[in-house]
Amino acid sequence: MAARKTYDEINQKIKEGNAVVVTADEVLDIVAEKGIREAAKYVDVVTTATFGPMCSTGAFMNFGHADPPIRMTNVLLNNVPAYAGLAAVDAYMGATETSLDKGINYGGAHVICDLVDGKSIRLNASSPGTDCYPRKNIETWINLDDVNEAYLYNPRNAYQNYSAATNTSDSPLYTYMGILKPGMGNVHYCTSGQLNPLLNDPYYRTIGIGTRIFLAGAQGFVSWMGTQFSSGRKRNGKGLPDAPGGTLAVSGDLRSMTTDFLKPAVFKDYGISMFVGIGVPIPILDEEMMSCVSVSDKDIFTTIEDYSVKRRDKPSLGTVSYEELRSGNINIQGRKIPTAPITSLHKSRQIAELLKQEIENGEFEISKPVQRFPLNSALKSLEIKNKEGR
Amino acid sequence: MKVKWLLTFPPELTGEPVTYALIKNFNLKINILKASIDLNVSGNLLVLADGTKNEIGSALAWLKTTGVSVDPGDSQIVWNEVLCVHCGACTAICPTKALSLDPSSWMVAFEGEKCLECGHCVPACPIGAISNNKGLNNA
Repeated sequence: MAARKTYDEINQKIKEGNAVVVTADEVLDIVAEKGIREAAKYVDVVTTATFGPMCSTGAFMNFGHADPPIRMTNVLLNNVPAYAGLAAVDAYMGATETSLDKGINYGGAHVICDLVDGKSIRLNASSPGTDCYPRKNIETWINLDDVNEAYLYNPRNAYQNYSAATNTSDSPLYTYMGILKPGMGNVHYCTSGQLNPLLNDPYYRTIGIGTRIFLAGAQGFVSWMGTQFSSGRKRNGKGLPDAPGGTLAVSGDLRSMTTDFLKPAVFKDYGISMFVGIGVPIPILDEEMMSCVSVSDKDIFTTIEDYSVKRRDKPSLGTVSYEELRSGNINIQGRKIPTAPITSLHKSRQIAELLKQEIENGEFEISKPVQRFPLNSALKSLEIKNKEGR
Repeated sequence: MKVKWLLTFPPELTGEPVTYALIKNFNLKINILKASIDLNVSGNLLVLADGTKNEIGSALAWLKTTGVSVDPGDSQIVWNEVLCVHCGACTAICPTKALSLDPSSWMVAFEGEKCLECGHCVPACPIGAISNNKGLNNA
């Protein structure tokens, strides 16, 4: 009999404490031992995770109204500009925004983490003043308890694969992929490979809008497809893109998060980013899902791009498997080049394990996507043209 | 035993064959990890000295009489294990694999003995978990 389980059946098992939950690392041994068919019957949920720098991250917050009230036009949090082109006391703090006085040493990501850590943040806001919002300036201190809502809304996280980076030029390059040494001195790669959420559900069957996820310690949700979602990318026999594919927009309550899984990242001569920890449970509905989650680092390939070509399309120096990248060295053009990740596999594993425990303890239900992602999205480029399109 | 020394030479001692003396008179195996020194100016030598406890002790006592200042070479680069998120961004930057990822736990480890104090890891860490307490002139 083929193994088929519904979301409700799996959730019932979770409630009863009977669900078999394993991480995307652990499932490989189970499949090797039992085969896909038996493993699909045995395992109910596989947990996936990633912990890497994700620039497209930020937080919405609502400060509450002062008396007299102000319609905030310019907002600074610890001297970092927040976007306030919204209603009177709503603002969005982007992770990559930099401090007016400290530059990249303090920015949006630091403000968000300070809030999560319970610290007080200086709020300065100004406004032209209106009949309904007469106040023109405000300076006060806020913390996470003082504000109304405060939630992460990250437009693009958890890339389904990403190109590895190297540098063939004579000078070091300072990038969001870290420092790339001259003369192909190193290759940096990201994504957690076989633990990566979207690489374990390549056609987004169980991960879609509304999927409940682990977001920096909180229970968050997939809120939309991530920006630059390119599901239409060419795929290999396992359905995996060998270049950046799908992405996730995610949201969750800052008050339930922990800075164990949310950290500011400062890349020299590039700027600020944010390490975000994301875990996604994948329900094993049938053998097809088990087949998807049995993907391992040797099946996942990515392109090596030369970042010294300062153009949109960087030349490829070939493709390489995550198994090779993880070995610490790869061969490019006959040379042995050291490799290093910038996504923490250690932290990713911690998240997959924590999520597994939460599900085992009946604290985390799985959810069916309300809406699935499109499978044919192509990435568009920005062309420089006149109003008539020429 | 092996010890790492950061030797700082004042200008008047840059012409003295100090390394020769360490080898010849104290029977030490000296491995020069990094040198940044100019005759009659000043400079540093980062060395790994291998010998018995007595040989190392005698050599250290002699070095102090020469006017060459000796600092323990392993205290310059400080890796903060608590702050580290074990991403690995420092590991391929490090020329000697003093910073490395354990292939099983995927946690970063720092072996001070292998460290050249080049300081390249300091800006490579996005978390700010690595700092350079002193460093060589060109670090």
